Amino acid sequence: MQSNVTKKVLRSRKGNVRKRKKETSEAQLSGAEILLRSLVDEGVETIFGYPGGQALPIYDALYDSKINHILCRHEQGAAHAADGYARATGRPGVCLATSGPGATNLVTGIANAFMDSVPMVAITGQVPQSLLGRDSFQEADITGITLPITKHSYLVRDTSELAQTVKEAIYIATTGRPGPVLIDLPKDVSSSLAEYRRADKMNLPGYRPVLDADPVQVQEAARAIIQSRRPVIYAGGGVVISGAHEELLRIAELLMAPVCNTLLGLGGFPGDHPLSLGMVGMHGTKYANFAISECDLLIAVGARFDDRVTGNVETFAPEARIIHIDIDPAEIGKNVRVDIPVVGDVKRVLGQLLEILKPGLAEAWRDKILAWKKEYPLTYCEKDCLKPQAIIREICRQTEGKARITTEVGQHQMWTAHYYTFTKPRSFITSGGLGTMGYGLPAAIGVQVGCPDELVFDIAGDGSIQMNIQELCTAVNYELPVNVAILNNGYLGMVRQWQEFFYNRRYSHSELLNPDFIKLAEAYGAEGIRVKRPAELAPAIEQAINSSKPVMLDFIVDREENVLPMVPPGGALNKMLE
Amino acid sequence: MKHTLSVMVENNPGVLARVAGLFSRRGFNIDSLAVGRTENPRVSRMTIVVEGDDTTLEQVNKQLHKLVDVIKISDLTKDAYVDRELVMIKVFAEPSERAEIMQLVDIFRARIVDVGPKTLTIEVTGNEGKIDAFELSLRSFGIKELVRTGKIAMLRGYKTSTKNNNYKEEEVS
Ligand SMILES: Cc1ncc(C[n+]2csc(CCOP(=O)(O)OP(=O)(O)O)c2C)c(N)n1
Ligand SMILES: [Mg+2]
Repeated sequence: MQSNVTKKVLRSRKGNVRKRKKETSEAQLSGAEILLRSLVDEGVETIFGYPGGQALPIYDALYDSKINHILCRHEQGAAHAADGYARATGRPGVCLATSGPGATNLVTGIANAFMDSVPMVAITGQVPQSLLGRDSFQEADITGITLPITKHSYLVRDTSELAQTVKEAIYIATTGRPGPVLIDLPKDVSSSLAEYRRADKMNLPGYRPVLDADPVQVQEAARAIIQSRRPVIYAGGGVVISGAHEELLRIAELLMAPVCNTLLGLGGFPGDHPLSLGMVGMHGTKYANFAISECDLLIAVGARFDDRVTGNVETFAPEARIIHIDIDPAEIGKNVRVDIPVVGDVKRVLGQLLEILKPGLAEAWRDKILAWKKEYPLTYCEKDCLKPQAIIREICRQTEGKARITTEVGQHQMWTAHYYTFTKPRSFITSGGLGTMGYGLPAAIGVQVGCPDELVFDIAGDGSIQMNIQELCTAVNYELPVNVAILNNGYLGMVRQWQEFFYNRRYSHSELLNPDFIKLAEAYGAEGIRVKRPAELAPAIEQAINSSKPVMLDFIVDREENVLPMVPPGGALNKMLE
Repeated sequence: MKHTLSVMVENNPGVLARVAGLFSRRGFNIDSLAVGRTENPRVSRMTIVVEGDDTTLEQVNKQLHKLVDVIKISDLTKDAYVDRELVMIKVFAEPSERAEIMQLVDIFRARIVDVGPKTLTIEVTGNEGKIDAFELSLRSFGIKELVRTGKIAMLRGYKTSTKNNNYKEEEVS
């Protein structure tokens, strides 16, 4: 019955279209053209995508659109590239795939963007509405599949709704707590004609992000801050997303409050600042974890108390009152008890606080922390072999801490967090919440597209890099001179480390047989450089930086080096393995 | 404790899946869920009975609010409200037992809606307590089939759960 009705509607709609076409023939565009026009009108310049049957109308329209389309070599690559583009520029990343397998290949990328609150619009082709629900060729219920990993999604039923849908999708993706929005576009919708009218009104009665915090809560937070003698600021990705880094710096200096960052928060506070404690949590610095354990006030700013940060929540910040500033009310009290919730855009809230705060009285506390920083620095033992930490340090030195760095997931990611000193927001781009191996290379491509004049490095593991290695071809194709630094330990290193610590050194399926990365790079048309000895390190990095091609550096590193310090999962932050 | 939530949602396809998915994904227990249109054709109302302590309820409320299709949530349990459920029960009824069953039907102000050679089908509305009591009283005759609608609820008096909820086109610059 349903399908009869739909058919009828479709038929009559077609009739209307024909009639109207005679009257106003210029104004009629195909759904695909409307899609692209709407994207352009919303300021989108670049799309990362991969074609296929149900996306063909869109690809046909792309043929003469001014939108820049980057053909990735896998839809997952397209999704991560859009994600990297978004994180680097702050503008929404857009990816495009066909129905069925194209759409399901986007899933990891969408989940990744969801976990890290990245503004992204994913567009998928879909089988025509007349075939929906019949297990048609390359049909996948992608709105259903992505329900738990999208901020919102649309299955567009009518070409005339498309402009409105695109506007809303971008608005939802980029405002409030950002996140991915999916638009599923049946082929009949992208090929039928309709009039293009730029959407100007939103129609979202259930969507009202709170930006300005309740002044009463801000006052209460200020009161607690003024009373505190041992404050610590715990700053997350929200600081970066809302662009609150300047406000954060001013508050920290005003209060003399040390700042620790989450993985995604790195760069939101200058890593070389005396008050910077670096990263907190499982692989946090000792002084950051000590500071959390001894503070009397924890000011959480745009962070969500992930279990990789808190360890055992019962022993987390045991002496502290907790202020939680976040744009997402659902984060308040989700994982830990919060004494003073402040819901609002982090930048605005910090601005409001700055108006009422007075200089802090935390000198003694600050001095204690400075002493900890001296006493417990991050260290590794220098040997006569290539140390992964030394490689990160050298990349940091040569790029003056100013490169855009992406990573894959594993030990190399943690060493990057430890030894690259991030001083600017949006300079560290990594998969935090989902921990997606294979993120770094496509993300680096997205970053390079968004920031064509900047130096981009993907710090990679030998395992992870093979998960989206095909994107090296994309980099070569579009002349994107990204640098891939593989810390090649011949292991799924982080897995091996856990097996060493918690499974009696039984290295079950964590040792890798790897391809010759140099030959691989060259086969793709990139440059390959192998580095085995410490003396070769600096010249190799220099060569990569100076090359105008994508470069793959294969660093043969100390194989069984561990990431330390480490809080065992579920442990207390002040009890670290070292 | 059980809470009765009234959730106003946009009448969009998939909205039920979004809400139901959220409950199962986050491990919230739904006791019952009833959906239907409201006086405004673009808005549907879900009445959800959910079990949980205050922290759980706070999360339910906040997570539901994050769904773009959810317009308004009210926890009716905080106020005076009326709730009803409709149940149909098909009960075994030998001719010798019918009089006794019909007496029960009278007492509970239920109605017989179908008579079969060996069964009676009875409809009853009421709150949970009444319905449970009725079911219990029929059990000895043998219940062949039972279907409940799930609870719907409304605030008492002049107040509504739809207030401040006029569906307007939002202007966004
Ligand atoms: C897609 C995916 N699969 C599996 C994992 C689990 N995992 C986390 S780290 C890791 C090892 C990564 O190895 P490599 O890329 O060589 O990095 P290393 O730890 O050696 O630096 C694995 C398998 C993951 N994070 N992502
Ligand atoms: Mg490795």
